Amino acid sequence: MATKQRDIAVSEFFLKNRHLLGFDSPRRALLTAVKEAVDNSLDACEEADVLPEIAVDLEQIADSRFRVTVTDNGPGIVKNQIPKIFAKLLYGSKFHRLRMSRGQQGIGISAAGMYGQLTTGAATRILSRIKGAKKAHAMAVQIDTKQNKPAILSDTEQDWQPAFQTVDAAGEPDGPLVVSKHGTSVSIELEAAYQRAKQSVDEFLKQCAIVNPHLTLHYRLALQTKAEAADGKSAPMTEPPPTTKSPKAKVKSVAPAPKPGVTTVTYQRAVKVMPKIPDEILPHPHGVELGLLMQMLKDTESRTVRSALAHDFSRVSDRTALDICSRAGIEPRTNPTRIAHRESEALYKAIQDTKLMRPPTDCLSPIGEAQILAGLQKEIAADFFTAVTREPAVYRGNPFQIEVGLAFARPQETEGVGADEPVRVLRFANRVPLLYQPGACAMTRAAIGVNWKSYGLSQPKDALPIGPVVVLMHLASVWVPFTSESKDAIASYAEIIDELTLGLQECGRRLAVFLHKRQRQLEAARKRSYIELYIPHLAIGLKDILDLTDKEEHKIVGNLKKMLEKTQLDV
Amino acid sequence: MPKPKTIPAAPVVVSKKTASQKIVTVAQEIHTDIVKKHRKPSMEFPIRSLRNVKYDVKRGHFEILGHTATRTLSYNTVKTFAQSMRLLATTKNDLLDKDDIAGKREVYYNSKSWGECRFEEQPESDTLLDDIEAMLAINREQLGYIPEERGGEVTGPLVVIDQDPATGRPIRIDCTKLGSGAWSIPSRVEHLRFEASKAKFILAIETSSLFQRLVHHRYYQNARCILISMSGVPTRACRRFIRRLADDQHLPVLAFTDGDPYGYCNIYRTLKVGSGQAAHINRFFCVPQAHYLGVTPQDIHDYELEDATHPLEEADIKRANDALKNDPFIKHHKEWQDALNHMLKLGVRVEQQAFAKHGLNFVLDTYLPDKLKKARFLP
Repeated sequence: MATKQRDIAVSEFFLKNRHLLGFDSPRRALLTAVKEAVDNSLDACEEADVLPEIAVDLEQIADSRFRVTVTDNGPGIVKNQIPKIFAKLLYGSKFHRLRMSRGQQGIGISAAGMYGQLTTGAATRILSRIKGAKKAHAMAVQIDTKQNKPAILSDTEQDWQPAFQTVDAAGEPDGPLVVSKHGTSVSIELEAAYQRAKQSVDEFLKQCAIVNPHLTLHYRLALQTKAEAADGKSAPMTEPPPTTKSPKAKVKSVAPAPKPGVTTVTYQRAVKVMPKIPDEILPHPHGVELGLLMQMLKDTESRTVRSALAHDFSRVSDRTALDICSRAGIEPRTNPTRIAHRESEALYKAIQDTKLMRPPTDCLSPIGEAQILAGLQKEIAADFFTAVTREPAVYRGNPFQIEVGLAFARPQETEGVGADEPVRVLRFANRVPLLYQPGACAMTRAAIGVNWKSYGLSQPKDALPIGPVVVLMHLASVWVPFTSESKDAIASYAEIIDELTLGLQECGRRLAVFLHKRQRQLEAARKRSYIELYIPHLAIGLKDILDLTDKEEHKIVGNLKKMLEKTQLDV
Repeated sequence: MPKPKTIPAAPVVVSKKTASQKIVTVAQEIHTDIVKKHRKPSMEFPIRSLRNVKYDVKRGHFEILGHTATRTLSYNTVKTFAQSMRLLATTKNDLLDKDDIAGKREVYYNSKSWGECRFEEQPESDTLLDDIEAMLAINREQLGYIPEERGGEVTGPLVVIDQDPATGRPIRIDCTKLGSGAWSIPSRVEHLRFEASKAKFILAIETSSLFQRLVHHRYYQNARCILISMSGVPTRACRRFIRRLADDQHLPVLAFTDGDPYGYCNIYRTLKVGSGQAAHINRFFCVPQAHYLGVTPQDIHDYELEDATHPLEEADIKRANDALKNDPFIKHHKEWQDALNHMLKLGVRVEQQAFAKHGLNFVLDTYLPDKLKKARFLP
């Protein structure tokens, strides 16, 4: 038996459990790869205070094989970080800190690369140029799945700069090519399947554009045409995302001529305001599990338990640390690395029993009501928009903030919305669209739990309300409580449900006001046209009886209209 | 036989010019409201229902009470208001001023040229015509509207002087010389005149089959009466004709209907005192000198008709109870209440033809002479 026991590399583990990371089907894999790359790009741009411009390029190379290329105008990545970021699981700047960001564990992008490597054998290709650098690094990396180590296949320097081509509604180039002095492009080949509609890459990107109104997003999808597929040949290589050798050269049109199977779209930014960069905070003791507590005590730089408590956690003063120690029956000057298992359990219990201030909440960066409105307005044709940003709140020691947006859409002009359809719910966590497992999500539950009938929408029992409405919900938190590692659904903490409910109700009340007013206006318009239909006949009758002139007849009509509209149609 | 009280017929003839002027006055008020007073115009109508009548015993008919309904121009009334104006205009310009006539159905079709203001169904125009008649207090016949239904038929010792519609030349009609037929009462009867009649009374009959039996056997010769067939509830023209004839010749009027609540409360009551629906014009269309001959509930016993009856239907019972509760005429006359209660107690109704049980001509050989001899009529 013993000979069969061996270490399992974390990468090997995830390879066998890839559904946990969102690679369970070819269709899902495509979305997850795009999602991880875009999340990374957005986080990188925002940290560097650069208004993000991102190009997503999906190219179908064979029946079930795609190349995903995501290019950004971010700060670029220094050379020796590139292999670790893209080919080592659990490497990242985001895991050991509590700060609101899109990615959390540092699994995503390297997992996408690993999935590609597993299914196609191709390496992850990276181009990255740092501001001020003369050249860009070009690397091809793979992951050693047994040791969770990057393997560099090639490493060269190239004259590359990210370039972006805006297209108009017809997909034709619109305006000059925009070239950035810095940025990163990552390209992954993977086994995948493309499908439109719900849970598609298209939907994901559109929602990204809604919830990141400061983002300009270019999307190009090149599917194999039937003829190409029948030939058994791969699609002809069109140039990868438009690039240019010289930043000064203004290339008018590098976008490929429209060909069957290729669609291009640009989501323009609506605001030029960068989101506030969230502050990093120390973990709040009430939000820390026993295992993490033990890990933190092991990793701390402090030499006593007392100072470890006071320095590595938020809302723990020196005095409070002493209280906790005495409550747990631990000598405050004990070396934290020597705290035994049993003692750490006592410590954990003492922490739970100690009253502490709530964690600071100013570390969150909500989207903001104005930005949510801007995002909804640019992507959804609607007659009414509203948005609510709630005050921050806390669940299990983690600060979080809820935002709700609502649009009463024009069904003819908006996809997926209808007067007889359930409302469309858009879910976001730290600005990332959530497309899978809506039924398991706290946001869906909160939307179902609200009594929409009192706001003018019909609602079947235990279901979403019916109507041409788009409801957007956003949870901003330093630690988003997903129900699984694939980050599909938010866990139903009572505090989160409560905040969602309050936000939805506020939007609902405003919707009710709008609907009521609209109803009255429609009624008034109907009445006005009805009145105006018959007034002339009344005048004709009087004219015939009294032998009036045309002028007198007009006066009757004019007076009556004024009279009736004033008294009958007050809205 | 009750001695006929002569009640002078109400002054009815309104000249076309007067009627036309009345329409102009209504329109002028509305026009003034709109252009001078800047207020919403309104029209006032007497309410036309049994609730708004009382039984005027002295005059002998249902007299309208003061309740009126005001139709002020508003979102809800604008269509009817416009239709009223157009109908008034048509009435004045096309009928009164041109001395023309129109049927109710023609009014409905005429409106089809009014575009969106047209009447969708004939009941709409009928109701509006009733409204206008009530508002102007002029019956629609005088406005030029002719009823569609037939006015009834007359036979007996009577000579009517009608006139040629084109030339105005008098035409003499002897109602004894119509062979096996009868003379139809025209829709307008105001111009008719009568030569002195030898008749002793007028007999108004509900069903035309019984009427024909009496005509066939020349009953009017022996009984010296004028026979009139009403065919159900008498039309306005029929009521007006009987009234003018009775007044002119000082004749008593007797009604002979089926013995059921409809015959009592609808046919006879309407003949005598008018209806709730036409409350505003009952004074023209009533025959206060009428009395009720039969068939009464008591007749069922007296003439052994028990096995020639039918059970009262639910509608009959409801009609009888309604009348006992709401009809001012029935409520005034104890005899009628007793008769209705008697019928309700028996739970049966009896038809005019039931006398055929004793032989086809029992009704004219025995029943009518017997009743006339006894002369105990219901009021």
